[in-house]
Amino acid sequence: MPVINTLKIALKAIRRNKVRSGLTMLGVIIGVASVIAMIALGSGARASIDQQIQSQGTNVIYVSAGSFGRGPGAVRGGAGSITTLTLEDARAIANEVPTVALVSPMVRGRAQVVAGNQNWNTQMEGGNQDYIAIRNWRLQSGENFTARDVLLADKVCLLGSSVVNILFPDSDPVGQVIRVRNLPFRVLGVLAPKGQGQFGQDQDDLIVAPYTTLQKKLLGITHLNQVTVSARSADDVEPTAVEITRLMRQRHRTSGPEDDDFTVRTVEEMAATRVEMANTMTLLLMSVASVSLLVGGIGIMNIMLVSVTERTREIGLRMAVGARTRDILRQFLAEAVGLSVVGGAVGVLLGLGVSRGLTQGLGWPTMITASAIVIAFAFAAAVGVFFGYYPARKAANLDPIDALRYE
Amino acid sequence: MTGPSVAEALVRVVDLKKSYALGDVTVHALRGVTLEVAAGTFLAVIGASGSGKSTFMNIIGLLDRPTGGQYYLEGEDVSGFDRDRRATLRNKKIGFVFQSFNLLPRTTALENVELPLLYAARPVPAAEARTRAQALLDAVGLGARAGHTPNQLSGGQMQRVAIARALVNEPEVLLADEPTGNLDTRTSVEVMEILQRLNRERGITVMLITHEHDIAEYAGRVVIFRDGRVVSDEAVPSRRDAAVERAALPPPEVE
Repeated sequence: MPVINTLKIALKAIRRNKVRSGLTMLGVIIGVASVIAMIALGSGARASIDQQIQSQGTNVIYVSAGSFGRGPGAVRGGAGSITTLTLEDARAIANEVPTVALVSPMVRGRAQVVAGNQNWNTQMEGGNQDYIAIRNWRLQSGENFTARDVLLADKVCLLGSSVVNILFPDSDPVGQVIRVRNLPFRVLGVLAPKGQGQFGQDQDDLIVAPYTTLQKKLLGITHLNQVTVSARSADDVEPTAVEITRLMRQRHRTSGPEDDDFTVRTVEEMAATRVEMANTMTLLLMSVASVSLLVGGIGIMNIMLVSVTERTREIGLRMAVGARTRDILRQFLAEAVGLSVVGGAVGVLLGLGVSRGLTQGLGWPTMITASAIVIAFAFAAAVGVFFGYYPARKAANLDPIDALRYE
Repeated sequence: MTGPSVAEALVRVVDLKKSYALGDVTVHALRGVTLEVAAGTFLAVIGASGSGKSTFMNIIGLLDRPTGGQYYLEGEDVSGFDRDRRATLRNKKIGFVFQSFNLLPRTTALENVELPLLYAARPVPAAEARTRAQALLDAVGLGARAGHTPNQLSGGQMQRVAIARALVNEPEVLLADEPTGNLDTRTSVEVMEILQRLNRERGITVMLITHEHDIAEYAGRVVIFRDGRVVSDEAVPSRRDAAVERAALPPPEVE
């Protein structure tokens, strides 16, 4: 029998019982829609991580104080609690590692800031004049502080755009003075907005100032929290990180990750971790979604089995008028696949809608790829074949005489 | 065993046997049946239930295969044919009419008649299938009801649709298994009239299976089965004519 006839018969059978067919498809529709939405979420997360890597600059290497191994002595401090990272380390990295492009010491702390009748608690980051270049941050207006400002520990600063929105809702902050813990800081410039970070944090809620100013006038410390380094090129990042680690171990007299009191990380490494996290999450969600697709498939099998029993006489008649085993097999298989494919198509549309809803309603980044649609659709069809085969086989193997007499 | 006849019979069975196991006992449904049916015959097979007539018709209809003996259809020994070869042959040479009509529900009369064409070895174009099905519905007097589904048709009408369906592939043999079993007297006569007319006008071979002697008298030849054997095979002396009888019936109350 020509394929087109098989398809016609199958479609007719699906249409003959619309409500039941619709309910059967619902399982597949929900399954496919959730698979699509989950893949879209995963792809969206990855895409936004990629975008952040670009915005951070791929050449950045962070040398942070503290490590997750055992530091000097018996106390485990964790990253950030250690005071052994110094300006000398930053100078040594700049002078002794040839593949380094720029180096900035970095300190950070939180502070209450006031401008006019507005106030806000925000992150203060201190670096040298190269800090924003290393981080690949751009100025929206005004200008950066200079090496002279750093040398003299001038009370000058750059504002992130979120801070501007709060402190200067309707005036230009450049040239104005804000008070940080009651010290007056002159605003030199405003950083261009960078948007949300990977974990939803506001990357624009910060103030950048010379690290010397923060050390001496705000925090009262002499150590650094971090040395921020950029390599000459993306290819130099890995060897540079290795070289910095070697240099730091030599300077701090540590022998390996076990007793390091510093951590060297590259943006790519950090991104890789987050991509891996996103992938794991996507995989997890997709498995859950796939289970629902599987349940949808079992629904199809169930209905097809009922349908074969109900239509035993029809099968007998078809055999009597000349349907061969494979004609019946194909007819019921086509019906099962028809249910799953139509369900799959509706599911794809629903999945697209849900993804759009997640983006517009909840602000979660999603990205629909053609491969996601193809994969989900093919999976649905495969579910139809897999779960349709057994009932179809059962129908095709009926004895025509028994089938004709079936009550 | 008879030698090859000059004009080979349409259906010839030689020492046909069928036995099957039912639990521990072996049931001998057919114990050696030898029979010839020439083309154009109107044959009735009668017998009580358990006489083997249904088994015989199942084998003649290629729904079942014998456990012994031979079955020649148009001279070809088909007794050893497998499932799919029998299906193909059924489609080409056998038309079935059943007691319970066996029409597809929620499917129009026209589509029901077209059904066997779907399984034809050589695909029939949709337009031609439609024309043929419509012509047959016209022939059984249901041309105006081609678009009706079985639940909109009376029993007699359903059986006429079934007859049209059985004829759509231009079979050699029309097998009618208790075709009037579910019908009242009037519609029984109508159905028999159609079968007689098809036999007379188109020369279609009809094999009718029934347990009612009066229905068997519409046939030209009656074969009686008992305990898996043919006990009588005779021409009908005074054959009934359904057309005449229907004309004599009082007019129908509702049609």
